[in-house]
Amino acid sequence: MKSADDTKTISVDEIDSSCRVPLLALFGGAALWLVLSLALGLAAGMSFHAPDIFADCPWLSYGRAQAAANDLLLYGFVLPAGLGVMLWIFARLSRAPVALPIVPVVAANIWHVGVLIGTVAILLGHSTGYTWLEYPRPAAVLIFAAFLLLAVNAAATMGFRTDREMYPSHWFLFAALLWFAWAYSSANLFLLSGHPPRGVVQAIIGWWFANNVVFVGLALLGVGIAFYFLPKFANQPLAGSGYTLFAFLTLIFFGAWCGIPPSAPVPAWLPATSAFAAILAIIPVLAIAIVAWKTVAPAGFSMNGGPFCFIRFGTLSFVVSGFLYLAEFCPRYSRALDFTWYGVGVTQWQLLGFAGMVVCGAIYHILPLMMQKELPFPRLAKATSFLFGGGVLLYVLPLVIGGVLQGLKLRHADQAFADINAGVLMFFRISSLGQVLMLLGSLFLLLNLFVMTIQWKLGLAKAAWAAVTAPLETRAARRDTEVTP
Amino acid sequence: MKTGFAVFLAALVALGASWFGFVYGSLAQLGGQKQTVVLQSTDNWPPQRTGEATLGLQIYREYGCAACHTEQIRQTDAANEVSLLSLGDHKPQEFRDFIQSMMIVPELMPASNCIVGNLETWNGDVPVTLYSGDDSTVVSTLAAKLKSVGVKSDARVVALGADIQRGWGTRRSVAADYLYDQPVQLGNLRAGPDLTLIGVREPDVNWQLEHLYAPRSTVKNSTMPAFRALFEVRKKTGGLASSGALVLPPEFAPAGDLEVVPTAEARELAAYLVSLKANVPLYEAPFTPVTTAK
Repeated sequence: MKSADDTKTISVDEIDSSCRVPLLALFGGAALWLVLSLALGLAAGMSFHAPDIFADCPWLSYGRAQAAANDLLLYGFVLPAGLGVMLWIFARLSRAPVALPIVPVVAANIWHVGVLIGTVAILLGHSTGYTWLEYPRPAAVLIFAAFLLLAVNAAATMGFRTDREMYPSHWFLFAALLWFAWAYSSANLFLLSGHPPRGVVQAIIGWWFANNVVFVGLALLGVGIAFYFLPKFANQPLAGSGYTLFAFLTLIFFGAWCGIPPSAPVPAWLPATSAFAAILAIIPVLAIAIVAWKTVAPAGFSMNGGPFCFIRFGTLSFVVSGFLYLAEFCPRYSRALDFTWYGVGVTQWQLLGFAGMVVCGAIYHILPLMMQKELPFPRLAKATSFLFGGGVLLYVLPLVIGGVLQGLKLRHADQAFADINAGVLMFFRISSLGQVLMLLGSLFLLLNLFVMTIQWKLGLAKAAWAAVTAPLETRAARRDTEVTP
Repeated sequence: MKTGFAVFLAALVALGASWFGFVYGSLAQLGGQKQTVVLQSTDNWPPQRTGEATLGLQIYREYGCAACHTEQIRQTDAANEVSLLSLGDHKPQEFRDFIQSMMIVPELMPASNCIVGNLETWNGDVPVTLYSGDDSTVVSTLAAKLKSVGVKSDARVVALGADIQRGWGTRRSVAADYLYDQPVQLGNLRAGPDLTLIGVREPDVNWQLEHLYAPRSTVKNSTMPAFRALFEVRKKTGGLASSGALVLPPEFAPAGDLEVVPTAEARELAAYLVSLKANVPLYEAPFTPVTTAK
């Protein structure tokens, strides 16, 4: 047993500043990818407003630009930024500085190079053709290597904790590491190896991967972050740790089996299992909603546009998008929801409305702490929360509603397909407006991060210049200082 | 969850179980799948694609066509259907009376409402569907009775569902259909129509090429973007069009002395699209194909 005297107390400032360089590397790139992702998504959507706009420019055709935008959102923004936030949370919970800070810096750079290669490859037509796994082998290998470095670093930081007990955030975030490592490596090894499995098994692996990364993986990451910040901001302990444990276990055990759509051309036991699991997976979503509500409700619901707003919005988004996602696996509903804009809307809600919002709120909270400096544009930070919140709703709600209407019409063969398509265009136009708002918000995030980095680098340069230009210490001067105590 | 090891173990078991079930399980069941035989035939399914069509699948992948097009058909149900093909020497009213008189046969009793109902507004045109349902004794009895009075009828198994009614498919898609796809791109959004049967619906390669160059020249309300980058617009040599040049309606053709020639990529993509014709009955997705002219 360690006595209280043995434990070296490390100041919070010291922990925060140990995260500075790694987190700037992760967040800075992530914010840039977010801007690029939203811009590409907006460009891709243009094909529905003016079909021939990119007729002579194949790299911006819908199929390529949309895939690149989706991957940029997941691999470019949500995952690296989320891993950065995780690193900071682990350091804070361990009351220890980040272990070997050079490792996450190197990892962040490898990761961003991987994302760059993958994005360029998709735009040039070298996508692998598997949803969410479009990045070709070199990019996937780089991203996975970077992930392993980050995961090992995060686990090491967690290992330094003085209090052996794991907090709820620990469970969720630690499981998220395992989840992504297994799902990403397994799916890529099977699909991008020299001898991929033949036929529809490829699609099954793709569905398994998408479910375990976009639903379960992001839930673990986002809820883990939210369960750290919600009690902190609400000034309340996290309500009901029994509930939380129950939510965690049911999420990983039931959530992992969702993902195979009821209409899939595969043996019936696969979609049947997913449908059953989806019903059971309602339990963790409900439990997380209850825990979050009980924690936040006593603090009231003021809307000041700060990080608390982001994270509350994100948690609410998780619950709503979670229910909408699980509905896709119910055979009765899926007949109307399959193959419509509904699925697209729900996925964007999970990525932007839930994971993106939570991570963004966390960045705005951590940034001033780790730089030990106020945000350069606090008003723009506030504006980001409203632009993101409004933008997400304006983006996804029309897609979800339009998708349901589209699906209901598609069930009647006497309704002409072209008319059904034309009916959805109005919803699509509104959703493009939401994308514009979010793009603006992401520019504000990038601006804050960028200016802060520049200021810090200028500060470093100034200090270095001052050190260089300082009068040289002569032997006589040193003798004087040694003599005078 | 006191220790990191407990969390690790829980996560390992949870994800491992789903991996074992979905990834390993489906590999074990379907990983060694081979060509199957078409029902009541000796043909193998799926057929191997031509070289050009196989290359075309890669163009389909490069352009992310699966972002807007699915290649999977949903089926809600299947039914036995008896339809009348020709009346022989009988008059429609005679036939109606004959059917009425048949309804006392015990095997036909459960379907009497359906059969009589189908003939209520019938004006004598053939073919007409007499019965559609899942009772196979009704089908065999009805077919036998019709044969005995010398009218021509047809008993078929049909697949039902909106996708099939739209003509996008003849039956639901099954795992075997994708055996030769690499990568398998099922698609998950129908911003454009399903392509499972596009090779049957539009079998003309030139139609496909024209549609790729100027979608609205072939489908009036199409929302598909044009893929002009797959074509070369060049000057006619000596005022004469090349043999492979597209024949476009004037409002879509380039002005002046120019012609539109598909590149190799465009021809491959069109060959792939024309190769999509999952219209044969299989053991796991049976239906009676329509046979033309006896």
